[in-house]
Amino acid sequence: MTQLILEQALNGLQFGLMLFLLAAGLTLVFGIMDMINLAHGSLYMVGAYLAAAAAAASGSFVVGVLAAVAGTAAVGALLEVTVLRRLYARDHLAQVLATFALILIANEAVRWVWGDQPVLLNAPEALAGPVEVAGFSYPAYRLLIIAVGVAVALLLYVVVAKTRVGMWVRAGASNREMTEALGVNVRRLFTLVFAAGAGLCALAGALLGPLLAVQVGMGESILILAFVVIVIGGIGSIRGALVGSLLVGVVDTLGRALLPWLLRGFLPAETASTLGPALAAILIYLLMAAILFWKPAGLFPARG
Amino acid sequence: MRLTALAASLLLATSAHVAHAADKVKVGFLSTLSGPGAGLGVDIRDGFNLAVKQLNGKLGNLPAEVLIADDQQKPDVAKAEAEKFLKKEKVDFMTGIVFSNLMLAVGPQVFDSKTFFISANAGPSQLAGEQCSPYFFNVAWQNDNLHEAMGKHVQDKGFRNVVIVTPNYPGGKDAVTGFKRYYQGKAEEIYTKLGQLDYAAELAQIRALKPDALFFFLPGGMGINFVKQFVGAGLSKDIQLFAPGFSADEDVIKAVGAPMLGMFNSSHWAHDFDNAENKRFVAAFEKEYGRLPSLYASQGYDAALLIDAAVRDVKGKLDDKAALQKALEAKRFKSVRGDFRFNSNHYPVQNYVLRVIGKDAQGRVTNKTMGTIFANHADAYVSQCKMK
Repeated sequence: MTQLILEQALNGLQFGLMLFLLAAGLTLVFGIMDMINLAHGSLYMVGAYLAAAAAAASGSFVVGVLAAVAGTAAVGALLEVTVLRRLYARDHLAQVLATFALILIANEAVRWVWGDQPVLLNAPEALAGPVEVAGFSYPAYRLLIIAVGVAVALLLYVVVAKTRVGMWVRAGASNREMTEALGVNVRRLFTLVFAAGAGLCALAGALLGPLLAVQVGMGESILILAFVVIVIGGIGSIRGALVGSLLVGVVDTLGRALLPWLLRGFLPAETASTLGPALAAILIYLLMAAILFWKPAGLFPARG
Repeated sequence: MRLTALAASLLLATSAHVAHAADKVKVGFLSTLSGPGAGLGVDIRDGFNLAVKQLNGKLGNLPAEVLIADDQQKPDVAKAEAEKFLKKEKVDFMTGIVFSNLMLAVGPQVFDSKTFFISANAGPSQLAGEQCSPYFFNVAWQNDNLHEAMGKHVQDKGFRNVVIVTPNYPGGKDAVTGFKRYYQGKAEEIYTKLGQLDYAAELAQIRALKPDALFFFLPGGMGINFVKQFVGAGLSKDIQLFAPGFSADEDVIKAVGAPMLGMFNSSHWAHDFDNAENKRFVAAFEKEYGRLPSLYASQGYDAALLIDAAVRDVKGKLDDKAALQKALEAKRFKSVRGDFRFNSNHYPVQNYVLRVIGKDAQGRVTNKTMGTIFANHADAYVSQCKMK
């Protein structure tokens, strides 16, 4: 039982850190420019496809990941300069509509280039097997994801908390007008933030590609969770995104494994195995509702 | 002159009452052609098209028009596309659907319009029993069958502590019922979401349950991810994997590769079946598409052959539904799987074999037939079917 909980905690950590890569970019964009970008998940999809293409062409997974991050960051910057920039002054409804259209365009574009069927992206051979952790085997590849996730979270923390650019970002998130008045070029800062967010998306997409499937529309399901994360964590806060991601990741994973287990104690096995996953699926939203009840602005809001 | 005009009008008048030969056969092919389940639909489509091509573009000596639509594995999309086929295109036959939940969603509208649906895959228990229809023919199997065969094999091999993993949808429930019909030991059931791709939580549960064997039914991309992650988690050392042919077929092997070596699975067909029709089919399929056919492809191929034989039988008189039904029931073609006949519920009575994944003479990882598990096996629902 302890082993099950330990293994699930690691799984939750892995899932949570991947959510964090998505939520970090999303929350900065939302926080600084007050812009709702539904197409954030599309950048995740583009990243995964670029990774698969580059890995297939070069024969190296690492090259695939790096190419995906660089390529998607460029796509993100281009998207910001050409389309999204025009939307900042509009209200949220216009932003939602426009970026929803971007999702459809991105899906069709990817379908056009790579076809309808999922594209194959395999983990590097050396990491395809298990390693021993605390007395049981755990997939080496998931440990790599955890390591990369922790490293990126630390790096982001240092950049946002300790550098000048980070200071501008934080200032922009808590009060955009005042920051502009102080002479910060928020326009350029934002292109930068957007490109960085796209790069993080691509990293998540490339790393999750071998575990999930690189397919059209893969960004939509995970985007909903990313939005849940930033709502829980507090909009515009990197720390909130991290805590929110880990909460959602752990609750979802533990719920899926432990709920059927607990229900089996007092329900027939058949009912328990049907009811458990169903309950686990709504657990995240119960968590969100509970947090918003006590803290309507999320756990660590950037703006008061 | 006047006489021919009279003859012509007479002919026209009588033709309103008597079925006459159609000038072409229209088939509505509706299947999952995008997303993680796409590999299955694509194989059925390729198998179907190959047969039509070998018949020189004809079905039953009539020019064939095969309309293709993607159901995206969504019931609402499937219903809308079926509506188009039935109302706008007025197709003579429908085929293609992979997933049972979609088949159950589309079934009523197809049968109400008196259009024959030749299922090349989905075989839900509902349509084999109480909801059976004269307009539904399944050229593959009833959902439970392959799982029943595996349940029998696992039982015979002496495993008594098994975990079953399957998606929570009608096909998944049929799988569990089928497996447990012949397996009597302890069976812990784990249900996943249909289309789920990350199995971390389930694998942790399996590790904690410590079974000696695992039976999983996860079609398409789901199975590909599951096997990869199962091996990645190091579970393959202690737990023997068993699957129905769906989850251990050429599409899955192509994506997973060597980790599948030694896995046992059950099927009604294999590419190494030793009969003339099958040899011709496998060679032609490989030549046309550059890959080994899966069982889905063989079912698509047989579906086309069934339509061909039946249309030939009624001499192209597609309006005579009663005659067409009789012709379909008669099954006047040689299947690539060898022998099978239709039961009174229009589901096959046939053999089920054991396959193991190994390396062939060319060093390719692929399925190899080991022997028969069931001979002339019928489904368990046929007695509930009152065919009207």
